[in-house]
Amino acid sequence: MSNPQQLRYSKEHEWLTAAEDGVSTVGITEHAANALGDVVFVQLPEVGDTVTAGETCGELESTKSVSDLYSPVSGEITEVNEDVVNDPSLVNSAPFEGGWLFKVRVADEPADLLTAAEYDAHIAG
Amino acid sequence: MSSTEPRRTALDALHRSLGATMTDFAGWDMPLRYGSERDEHNAVRTRAGLFDLSHMGEITVAGPGAAALLDHALVGNIGGVRPGRARYTMICREDGGILDDLIVYRLGGTEFMVVANASNARTVLDALVERAAGFDAEVRDDRDAYALLAVQGPESPAILASLTDADLDGLKYYAGLPGTVAGVPALIARTGYTGEDGFELFVKPEHAVELWQELTKAGEGAGLVPCGLSCRDTLRLEAGMPLYGNELSTDLTPFDAGLGRVVKFEKEGDFVGRAALAEAAERAAAQPPRVLVGLVAEGRRVPRSGYAVVAGGEVIGRVTSGAPSPTLGKPIAMAYVDAAHAAPGTEGVGVDIRGSHEPYEVVALPFYKRQK
Repeated sequence: MSNPQQLRYSKEHEWLTAAEDGVSTVGITEHAANALGDVVFVQLPEVGDTVTAGETCGELESTKSVSDLYSPVSGEITEVNEDVVNDPSLVNSAPFEGGWLFKVRVADEPADLLTAAEYDAHIAG
Repeated sequence: MSSTEPRRTALDALHRSLGATMTDFAGWDMPLRYGSERDEHNAVRTRAGLFDLSHMGEITVAGPGAAALLDHALVGNIGGVRPGRARYTMICREDGGILDDLIVYRLGGTEFMVVANASNARTVLDALVERAAGFDAEVRDDRDAYALLAVQGPESPAILASLTDADLDGLKYYAGLPGTVAGVPALIARTGYTGEDGFELFVKPEHAVELWQELTKAGEGAGLVPCGLSCRDTLRLEAGMPLYGNELSTDLTPFDAGLGRVVKFEKEGDFVGRAALAEAAERAAAQPPRVLVGLVAEGRRVPRSGYAVVAGGEVIGRVTSGAPSPTLGKPIAMAYVDAAHAAPGTEGVGVDIRGSHEPYEVVALPFYKRQK
């Protein structure tokens, strides 16, 4: 598995894109999706919600477990992926693409976001 | 138990080469899934799946007094099982609490194989040894003597038939016979824990890899896939089969679990737990305790073991097993609920899913029954 170079990552296994007009797209990594197994339910924040870096903003349910979804940055939700709500298996089949979760207007980001190489080391570690 | 190294089955290296996600299960390192657990589940429902179940605990009971010993030690009528047949039964404490649920195979007139859950195998072995006092029978720890492979699903008879001369058509559900599969000596049993037709093959550990590979090859065209414990759990849940530690425990008698039918009071002689179980049977008839029911979600959030079942703001029960059901396409659960809320169709029942009361429909078990 390869983690895309152009993304940045949180230690809680979210990825985010570089901001475009201040807005970043967020999802969970392939590593996290594999660890969860088949995702069957996704609860996302709502458009307009304020999220805080490192705090829970939703949940992901798989066959065996439920996991909290964390926001890697602070800001306001501008869009959520309705496709993934209707078909949670997108998280497994295309975690870095069609399985994206939400877009956020970034107000603040923590200093400890990881590069792809650093995230590779984190999950190998 | 967690401080010691996990035990590995004879197929361990093979699972890793297949890319299995492994998990600790009762001290064993077992395959949880190889790819998508939903795909594995659906393969067993529609085609066939291959499982490594070598963690199960085999105990041989043999000798002139073997049947009498098992009739004394277990709640079932084991003496009444014909050679070549098997029986689902339980072993209880003197107070009626369930120590384990078991399958007992009668291999011959005076030889039986007891198959216990991995988590309880030691307990069952110790109890049988203790209860054997005064009986002319040997209780033998054969936990390491067997690897256990299961082929489950509608295509499994055809797959197995291509590898054996054994009379599979004559082998009924809950029967077992010695034979040869792909050149490997095996006890071939028509049992499983999936709600589908299928077979369990008890073989020597040194033959496990070869048998797995031959079964894989034979099943290729029929769509057989390797399957992990994750889909085994959703398969048995859909089939309404109890799992020890979830639906069954020492705190419950078979009557509390809705499985009083396994207790055979009419058999000859005394058996461990008889007096307590007779009381439990009366209690269950007169004043039913909580009843094991099925719950089907109206929404998509999944109930998990331990979650409260609620009605009118009151806790009326407890979820014992829950999962998204691949066959129904909805979350399902088994739960013990107060008798007043146990009838199928009871209105207003929900599950407290992390603080939110999600509506659930009460249904009769099982959730899924195969078309024969």
